[in-house]
Amino acid sequence: MITLEIDGRTVQARPGQTILEAARAAGIRIPTLCYLEGLSPRGSCRLCLVEVANWNGKLVPACATPAEEGMRVVTGSQRLKELRRMVLELLFAERNHICSICVSNGHCELQDLACELGMDAVRFPYRFPGLSLDASHEKFVYDPNRCVLCGRCVRACSEVEGAMTWGFAGRGVNTLVEPDLGGPWGESETCTGCGKCVQACPVGALAERGVATAEQEKRPQVLAEVTERRPRV
Amino acid sequence: MPAGIEARVAELLQPYAGRPSELIQALHRVQGVLGHLPLEVQKAVARVLGVPPSQVHEVVTFYHFFRTQPVGKHVIRLCLGTACYVRGAGRVLDALREELGVDLGGTSADGLFTLEGVRCLGACGLAPVMMVDEEVYGRLTPGRARDILRGLRRG
Ligand code: SF4
Ligand code: FES
Ligand code: FES
Repeated sequence: MITLEIDGRTVQARPGQTILEAARAAGIRIPTLCYLEGLSPRGSCRLCLVEVANWNGKLVPACATPAEEGMRVVTGSQRLKELRRMVLELLFAERNHICSICVSNGHCELQDLACELGMDAVRFPYRFPGLSLDASHEKFVYDPNRCVLCGRCVRACSEVEGAMTWGFAGRGVNTLVEPDLGGPWGESETCTGCGKCVQACPVGALAERGVATAEQEKRPQVLAEVTERRPRV
Repeated sequence: MPAGIEARVAELLQPYAGRPSELIQALHRVQGVLGHLPLEVQKAVARVLGVPPSQVHEVVTFYHFFRTQPVGKHVIRLCLGTACYVRGAGRVLDALREELGVDLGGTSADGLFTLEGVRCLGACGLAPVMMVDEEVYGRLTPGRARDILRGLRRG
């Protein structure tokens, strides 16, 4: 076992466990967005940033950094609060997150994080991208205007379902999650219609067909449930 | 998919068949011969290499080098790197835009020229620089750039 310190508490971790896993096991909460239990960590959203006091206060993503012997981790300093808030503001400014008309209003991880971290205003100009909605699938709807590019759908699709329908198209601020070669989702030759991507999506970007404002509730924990039951290879 | 394209891609990619790690090489090769990578070609590449279409799409859309639209007879790569920019590449770009009636990434209506911007051709001493196909032209002025295109138009 590895012994480390998180917020002044002595915590144990198995070799290979991340800071996030060690913290969760000890009941210490670190905000996350792109991380989802059952999927590989990606470390892209930076909401789980923590400081390692004895690494000169270096910032590391808790979800993707292995716990190390003697590490002294700080999860809630003023600096971290400000950084996380800024990350959230950037996410909000990038697309069109208009909660009042969103299917996920009230059941949205992005909205919950904004409340938790006290993000009451956005200092950056909104980009309002005006991306087109894909309602071609018989069971689901995809609205890229609400996507935060966490990649949870992409990983659920490739790592758990094995269909590899979703991928990242383009780069930088113009990146979009798209099915297959970028055609309509409903015409995808690889999509099995399993809905794991929809359950994994933390926001209202992927939703079930026919749900109205605030009606889309999700069970992202199904990914962990499914993978836990699988035989280990 | 037209059977012809599929067979052509399979023939071109024979050394890479069933080897997903060769995706970039394979796309490079196919574009080199066919000029661009339309959807049916991307589909065929995915099939021959054994990679999911989404992955082909990721690579094709990530690298500026790959094209999904046909290009003109000549490809102009105007350097917009720092050295060229301070030596007036911006004004050369304006002249080319006007001469061809297209913006960066576009192909002129007569199908002769595709205009592309690149970052540093490694010839900063000759700034501003452009390449037309394999030919390098240095110390450009808006007027000289126009003359070069007009010369190529005459054939
Ligand atoms: S569609 Fe949802 S799950 Fe997929 S990247 Fe966007 S926000 Fe994440
Ligand atoms: S949850 Fe760790 S970077 Fe997104
Ligand atoms: S900046 Fe143009 S050749 Fe280097």
